[in-house]
Amino acid sequence: MSETLLTIENLQASYGDARALHGVSLTIQKGETLALIGSNGAGKSTLLKSICGLVDNTQGRIVFKSEDITRLPASQIVRRGIALVPEGRRLFPSLSVEENLVLGGNVARPGPWNLESVCALFPILREKRNQPSTSLSGGQQQMVAISRALMSNPDLLLLDELSLGLAPIVIKEIYELLPRITGGGMSAILVEQDVTRALASADRFMCLQEGRVSLQGEPKAHSRDAITRAYFGT
Amino acid sequence: MTPSVSRTTQSSRIAAGVAIILILLLAAAPWWGSVATERLIGEFMVYLALASLWNLLAGYTGLVSVGQQAYVGFGAYILISLSLLAGWNPLYAVPVAGLSAALVAIPVGKLVFRLQGAYFAIGTWVIAEVFRLLFAQLAVLGGGSGISLPTASIKLIAENKFWREASIYWLALALGMGALALVYGLLRSRLGLALTAIRDNETASVSLGIRIERMKFAVYVFVAGMTAMVGSLIALQKIRISPDAAFSVNDWTAFVIFIVVIGGIGTIEGPIVGTLIYFLLREFLADLGSIYLMILGALAIVIMLLAPKGIWGYVRDRYHLSLFPTGYRVNSTE
Amino acid sequence: MEWINAIVQGILVGGLYALFAAGLSLIFGVMRLVNIAHGDFIVAASYLAFVIIRATGLHPLASLVLVVPIAALTGYVLQYGILNRTLGKDILPPLLVTFGLSVIIQNSLLTIFTPDSHKLDAGVLETASLEILPGVAIGYFPILVFVTAVVVIAGLQYMFYNTGLGRAFRATSDDTEMAQLMGLNKEKIYASAMALCLAVVALAGVYLAIRSNFDPFMGPGRLIFGFEAVIIGGLGNLWGTLVGGIILGVAQGLGAEINPGWQVLAGHLAFLFVLAVKPTGLFARIAG
Repeated sequence: MSETLLTIENLQASYGDARALHGVSLTIQKGETLALIGSNGAGKSTLLKSICGLVDNTQGRIVFKSEDITRLPASQIVRRGIALVPEGRRLFPSLSVEENLVLGGNVARPGPWNLESVCALFPILREKRNQPSTSLSGGQQQMVAISRALMSNPDLLLLDELSLGLAPIVIKEIYELLPRITGGGMSAILVEQDVTRALASADRFMCLQEGRVSLQGEPKAHSRDAITRAYFGT
Repeated sequence: MTPSVSRTTQSSRIAAGVAIILILLLAAAPWWGSVATERLIGEFMVYLALASLWNLLAGYTGLVSVGQQAYVGFGAYILISLSLLAGWNPLYAVPVAGLSAALVAIPVGKLVFRLQGAYFAIGTWVIAEVFRLLFAQLAVLGGGSGISLPTASIKLIAENKFWREASIYWLALALGMGALALVYGLLRSRLGLALTAIRDNETASVSLGIRIERMKFAVYVFVAGMTAMVGSLIALQKIRISPDAAFSVNDWTAFVIFIVVIGGIGTIEGPIVGTLIYFLLREFLADLGSIYLMILGALAIVIMLLAPKGIWGYVRDRYHLSLFPTGYRVNSTE
Repeated sequence: MEWINAIVQGILVGGLYALFAAGLSLIFGVMRLVNIAHGDFIVAASYLAFVIIRATGLHPLASLVLVVPIAALTGYVLQYGILNRTLGKDILPPLLVTFGLSVIIQNSLLTIFTPDSHKLDAGVLETASLEILPGVAIGYFPILVFVTAVVVIAGLQYMFYNTGLGRAFRATSDDTEMAQLMGLNKEKIYASAMALCLAVVALAGVYLAIRSNFDPFMGPGRLIFGFEAVIIGGLGNLWGTLVGGIILGVAQGLGAEINPGWQVLAGHLAFLFVLAVKPTGLFARIAG
């Protein structure tokens, strides 16, 4: 019996005068992975950032584990059990790999993920642990970014454009590990440009087009044509 | 039904009319006012000029200088030097002070532009200190205790007192109104449009190919020259200068900054409003001495935190007034 | 021999300048803030020590036990209550607010304490000295100041790179948004940094007051010395700041040897020289 983890009701978000989201609603169940697809500027990153409290100008409601977190400051988000793997990795350049990971675990929450287990998931982390995070390759940085998010044992993992700027073989490697990452009841929202991969890794999908939901449901239930039309808004 | 583009607003047209009458009135002051009145208005003009110039530098060009007193003192000393050592009529020394300050500002600017933001600010302060210390070394100009403008030089301006006071007064008027007019003219021009664009969005302006650094440098040099002319006017008004007074941070920077911030930084009207408030407050609070300065400082802090656009900025946004419009308005002709 | 003495004394006073500068460096590194009132806080600390000593009869160095915590608390409250509100993309608000603070502090001190200068009496410590060469005597007090500077800088470095707080400082300065998502509260982090800064400032203020006369208007001068030490040494490098302080002190000492009136000017000229020739400073780690 699945419980609802996250409910978003009629979320509108703006950056200054520019409206990025025009009333988006969705629910995430415990343990499910939602793929969030759409072209550039459709509002996918904005949606993730709104959940994390990084967008000042929002209206609507975001409820996480029965708590209204719409106005929650960003520094309180990770404590509630939400972690972000941001677009572009955004590791801390002044910190070593290990320090990045340790900081990810700054808010200690119960769960299987810690320094040992993330190094078991991505052995390269142990090898490079004392190096400045910026000296790693793109794919390795992505592994650090994912591990950093895992360190807080989140209930909801937000993954923004995992494949951006990475070689296909690296993308494949990371996506193959995705079930191991989200196994154990973790929910995830997966924002991806690579639609095929996104749909293959998710239980449900939602397509955004210019800040509005254009299509949602189970990947199997919709034809390629329908998805393409929803993606481009034709 | 083509829309027309206008550069003025109704309030600005009214203000322009009022301004013309005001200027004529002020110019006639030597006849209807006393020497004390001329001196007060002259002082007002000094602060109006310094405030408008600092506003151009910090509010529009983003160059926050806490060292403009370097050029104030420089201008004062150039005037004294030319009068004392070369026997010039002090009035002729004023433009020369401006020009020489602008020339000096070129190498100084090159040095100080290597610093950014707040470090740039302190750098300008260091420069002012260097100027002060250097001029204090010059025994021929009175060294550390300062020197007075010789009576012979004062007499060169005009033989009788009425015309002397009037000449200095008109010079003050010219510099005060002139600085305001020049700043306004600059901001209405293409250069001004570029500056406002830079202020509002530097990243975007870079992509538009605007040569930002060159522009900022040119403004810095221009403001230095104008500030020095005001400095030489101050020497004329005070007759006696010393390094500490000519290069005083309090008198020529602290008060000026507070005037601009309280009046409204980044607006042309702001310095006018700010200078008015400064003089009004001084009327009532001057006996409190250093407490007056503290009140100004506290007021500036409060305004920066709660109403960063200052009093005029607040009024302008609330009532959509603009007495010195620099933009373009599209009016539909229906 | 006077030249060697000038250089040695200059090196030692460089320690004091490094103490002026350390806090500036720290704050700029963590939050890109330059506190124009920094020097005035140093002088305010001198006056605080003065008041405490008059009330308790403590030795100036012992007064640090009270001055440092009070200063740290003041820094925390100041940052949390006022300065945090000025931080953002615009450089004007922090500059103008701290400038206003500078004016307020100077005039408050003037009103409360009059323009008279004072000095703290550290007793025999001030005059005891060691003669290392004929004609070159180094005082125990200047040695204490220099050693303190080294210890403080070493401590700050250690804190920065080996503690959770230092990690939090670095992360917040790198990427404030992501730091928030690690559960770091940037308002409190910044306040902690300012508390630390003013603790060092308190130390500098007490040492300053023992070393020489102080009056309400000395603040800007100390800010400028600290600033020059930071720029000469290079941004983002605390040890560089120590070297910068030493260079400044030596330049001033040599200038004073030529002509006593040229002391401060010589320091400014050394600063301008470095600015002209190597604008990023000698050991820079971050861009301005």
